[in-house]
Amino acid sequence: MGFLDIKNATKSYGTVKVLHETDISVEEGEFLVLVGPSGCGKSTLLNMIAGLEEVTSGEIAIRGNRMNEVRPADRNIAMVFQSYALYPNMNVAQNIAFGLEMHGVVKAERDKAVQGVAELLQITQLLDRKPGQLSGGQRQRVAMGRALVRDPDVFLFDEPLSNLDAKLRVDMRTEIKKLHQKLGRTIVYVTHDQIEALTLSTRIAVMFGGYVQQLGTPKEIYDNPANMFVAGFMGSPSMNLFPAKLSAADGKAFANFALAEGGTGSLAVPDPALARHDGRDIILGIRPEAITDPDGADRNSKDIHHVEARVEITEPAGSDTFVVTEFGGKEVTGRFRADVDVKPAKVQTFAVNMEKAVLFDPVTEERVV
Amino acid sequence: MALASTDTVIRTGRTSRFIIYTVLIVFCIYYLLPLYVMLVNSLKPLDEIRGGGMLSLPQEWTLAPWGSAWSTAQIGVEATGLRPYFLNSLLMVVPAVAISTMLGALNGYVLTKWRFRGDTIIFGLMLFGCFIPFQMVLIPMARMLGLMGLAGTVPGLIFVHLVYGIGFSTLYFRNYYAQFPDELVRAAMIDGAGFFRIFQRIMLPSSGPIAVVCIIWQFTNIWNDFLFGASFADFDSQPMTVALNNLVSSSTGVKEYNVHFAGAIMAALPTLLVYVVAGRFFVRGLMAGSVKG
Ligand SMILES: Nc1ncnc2c1ncn2[C@@H]1O[C@H](COP(=O)(O)OP(=O)(O)O)[C@@H](O)[C@H]1O
Ligand SMILES: [Mg+2]
Repeated sequence: MGFLDIKNATKSYGTVKVLHETDISVEEGEFLVLVGPSGCGKSTLLNMIAGLEEVTSGEIAIRGNRMNEVRPADRNIAMVFQSYALYPNMNVAQNIAFGLEMHGVVKAERDKAVQGVAELLQITQLLDRKPGQLSGGQRQRVAMGRALVRDPDVFLFDEPLSNLDAKLRVDMRTEIKKLHQKLGRTIVYVTHDQIEALTLSTRIAVMFGGYVQQLGTPKEIYDNPANMFVAGFMGSPSMNLFPAKLSAADGKAFANFALAEGGTGSLAVPDPALARHDGRDIILGIRPEAITDPDGADRNSKDIHHVEARVEITEPAGSDTFVVTEFGGKEVTGRFRADVDVKPAKVQTFAVNMEKAVLFDPVTEERVV
Repeated sequence: MALASTDTVIRTGRTSRFIIYTVLIVFCIYYLLPLYVMLVNSLKPLDEIRGGGMLSLPQEWTLAPWGSAWSTAQIGVEATGLRPYFLNSLLMVVPAVAISTMLGALNGYVLTKWRFRGDTIIFGLMLFGCFIPFQMVLIPMARMLGLMGLAGTVPGLIFVHLVYGIGFSTLYFRNYYAQFPDELVRAAMIDGAGFFRIFQRIMLPSSGPIAVVCIIWQFTNIWNDFLFGASFADFDSQPMTVALNNLVSSSTGVKEYNVHFAGAIMAALPTLLVYVVAGRFFVRGLMAGSVKG
């Protein structure tokens, strides 16, 4: 039993099931991120934890207490909304104090709490302003202040940064992470941005189509995606996924795939057990940083293999150059050091770190190894 | 915006401005002429009016017609002036406007933020109610008022106007609250506010502009109503509009035009006042909203 338990919870609107059986157990002080494309059911799950949506079946428990029938106000949670949802008729101080007032905290204590939170978030000079007189970033801080002041068991965030411009978003991301490290509170955070998920979380639940596809630490999710959806969704630029055929020789397994200029590429697969799957079709998944120029390859890897292939285009990105070629009829991106001289339409040696390769079944899209 | 408009003012030449102002002044005169006629003739002795020259200023200024219309003129069978009926109208219009606006706000809040099965049908029926012609409900309403024991009373009239008013006020508030983010209500729920607390602390304080629109609309309609007043009121509960009609049509002997004019202006003054006072708040409310966005 964890601090916040989602046990076999589902949600249906009429006959449409938008959240399938979900089990997540969150420990105290964890930062759980629910990530997935729009419409996958993240907000629905968050609202079920908040009590804003009813649980169709299953259970939500906080500190071991069943919450299904408990009003949002009595769950000891606080929520930050995407639109910030600041009360337009109240000034910042009143906005932050409203929840305390509704919970019967006396005026003197409210003022003290508001002052403390305002100092923590550096918004003391804004306390007398109305939300309409604040910038987006300031509104965001006030919305967080309103949640922090309640000192709840669980903080819920629904895409809190998606209305900010890119620069501010990165700053606020760092700030949220700092706050979490400083206060050590339990957080459930919804986003569609996989970078936000990877940088903020202690654990990630990747969601798609109303299912939790994979639950794990950022490293587990990144290095060992459970299926092709997770592999493609997490990481930027995303993981290269291309079809290949397994073959066996000398007790070793090889993955073979067509190259653009004709001929076949062949890469030894680390797991020799795959040799018994001779002839099987698979999808090979390799992240761009595992496909490099030969000198830029990971020196600690025992499984660097070279493939000669024609360069389609190059995309210089400052520190690195992304080099695009074609494996198995799919575009494949490699990450070369910026000072390596690569030209389009020339044949180039690609060094592939097969230690980092993952294999998927082309039909079920699940992981093979 | 400001820049663009100064620009236009500078570029319009003298001639075009002359034409614009001339046209505007002509329209003003056209619309204000009736008011002028009423005003000057209400301040003349009767002989001057009968001597012709409706448009000329009074040779002898007098407030006597106003005094007569207010307190001594013959209304129907009694010589009470319009005063008691003015009071009737006030007693009718203030509660009717207040209650219908309040209920409209509450309905709008429920229909947008606490949606329930069948809410669109209920709203549809209310809208439908707005468009039922007054004449159609006269007989059923008379029967209802009789059953409720309110026939021929001011509370009866309030009830009738309430029934008709709620449809419109609900429409106004529903559309206004529909643009109000649901997340605000959800945030307030998590903060611990209940149904009425959210209404009172968050929805109502932000409803100024639409409340003014609703009040102007309801006040004008209810104050100016003649049909319901004539149909459902007794002598002692008649509103101003009906009394004015009686004043004009009941005079035996000479027609006292100056008194009639004075009475008509009296009947129009409250709506005028509401426009002047509330209209300014209306514009202010709109401005506040637009700056905020
Ligand atoms: N009130 C509702 N009635 C019917 N379907 C809904 C309702 N709210 C959400 N949905 C559906 O549930 C799915 C998940 O929605 P949501 O949790 O908001 O997705 P997201 O992951 O983008 O936050 C979507 O397909 C959405 O259309
Ligand atoms: Mg969402």
